Amino acid sequence: MLRVDIEKQLGEFSLSAAFASEGRVIGLFGASGAGKTSLVNMIAGLLRPDRGTIVIDGETVDDSVAGIHVPTWRRRIGYVFQDARLFPHLNVAQNLDYGRRMNRLAPDPAQHKRVIELLDIGALQGRRPGKLSGGERQRVALGRALLSRPRLLLLDEPLGALDEGRKLEILPYLVRLRDEANVPMVYVSHDAAELRQLATQIVMLKHGRVTSFGGVKVLT
Amino acid sequence: MLDISPAEWTAILLSLRVAVIATLVATPFGIALAWLLARREFWGKSVLDALVHLPLVLPPVVTGYLLLLTFGRRGLVGGFLADHLGIVFAFRWTGAALACGLMAFPLLVRPMRLSIEAIDRRLEQAAETLGATPFKVFFTVTLPLALPGVLAGMVLGFAKAIGEFGATITFVSNIPGETQTISSAIYSLIQTPDGDAAAGRLVIVSIVLALGALIAAEWFARRATARLHGN
Repeated sequence: MLRVDIEKQLGEFSLSAAFASEGRVIGLFGASGAGKTSLVNMIAGLLRPDRGTIVIDGETVDDSVAGIHVPTWRRRIGYVFQDARLFPHLNVAQNLDYGRRMNRLAPDPAQHKRVIELLDIGALQGRRPGKLSGGERQRVALGRALLSRPRLLLLDEPLGALDEGRKLEILPYLVRLRDEANVPMVYVSHDAAELRQLATQIVMLKHGRVTSFGGVKVLT
Repeated sequence: MLDISPAEWTAILLSLRVAVIATLVATPFGIALAWLLARREFWGKSVLDALVHLPLVLPPVVTGYLLLLTFGRRGLVGGFLADHLGIVFAFRWTGAALACGLMAFPLLVRPMRLSIEAIDRRLEQAAETLGATPFKVFFTVTLPLALPGVLAGMVLGFAKAIGEFGATITFVSNIPGETQTISSAIYSLIQTPDGDAAAGRLVIVSIVLALGALIAAEWFARRATARLHGN
């Protein structure tokens, strides 16, 4: 599903990571500053590795030797950021529809309905992002990413900006997403408890290096 | 109310036409340049930035004279345009529009640039992850979010263009009905005995137009903040 073998120098910080996973949810675990976000940005194509390869679903999207770097907009990934990043000038319905329009996909009312029910965002459709709570924003961001029909979903600390109560509100949706949406995910977190609930495989990062890789038991 | 004579109306309408055309033609260039200065790093950026601001600090008579040298009938560009495309700037209202557009350009670009700089680049990245090419990102995210700034720039540019005097009179002279704008009409009137009343009326029109533009620009700036916060 996902194969990563990259090196990247970012100022003083050097990131060097290699792993291959067929897991449904790859948990990327590490303290802040371990290089998790940089690694996810490279998978998304927002950062270009200095050396190495990234393969998503059999397609090589980065290969420094062959000079391949598929731009972000052609990678067909979904990315849920910690800060949601909904488009402030569009309402919820328009935000949700953005990826479909950009990828020129035919409307799929059945999928649309399924995602909206899965995330419970039907009642928010006409609202602007400024009028949503943090948890609602994050659910809309999830829906927006899913509706662009990605082959891989990247979630970078999607609960990081929420308080404990809100986290507990969103977690069940993520579990449902994992079990029902059928999209492989890379889930970034510094919270072991969160990953134990969600991930099927763990990549542990420390100071820009992979220190362990395996099932969720590596978290203990 | 003001008892505006037909000759004064001619100057007012010409000023409006010159300023509208100057603003509309300058806007696409202004947006492109604002984006370039806000979002790209390239060699010679500071030189380009200085060039854009040059009309603001150069004596207007110098700008007008340079326009005459370049776009006059015997000028390098002006001669070519007149011979091959039949476009003449010298001593025509089109020349007035060119001079006004150039003089207004720095004021037009600035709010556009500031509003593009204020847009969170991470929103543009989010659009890319959703499959938008850089071209689509610009038209679906950057430009809509910068729209109030773009409009504010247009209004300020328009206000500057409608009052421009020095470069215009140097380049296209002061011909009633062809190149005599409000400013050059006031200039003529205050040199004429008994012209005070007419000059006074045009002065009031100028003040009303300028104030209106400033209020409109301020209103657009407020809209920009509301837009960026998604309310």
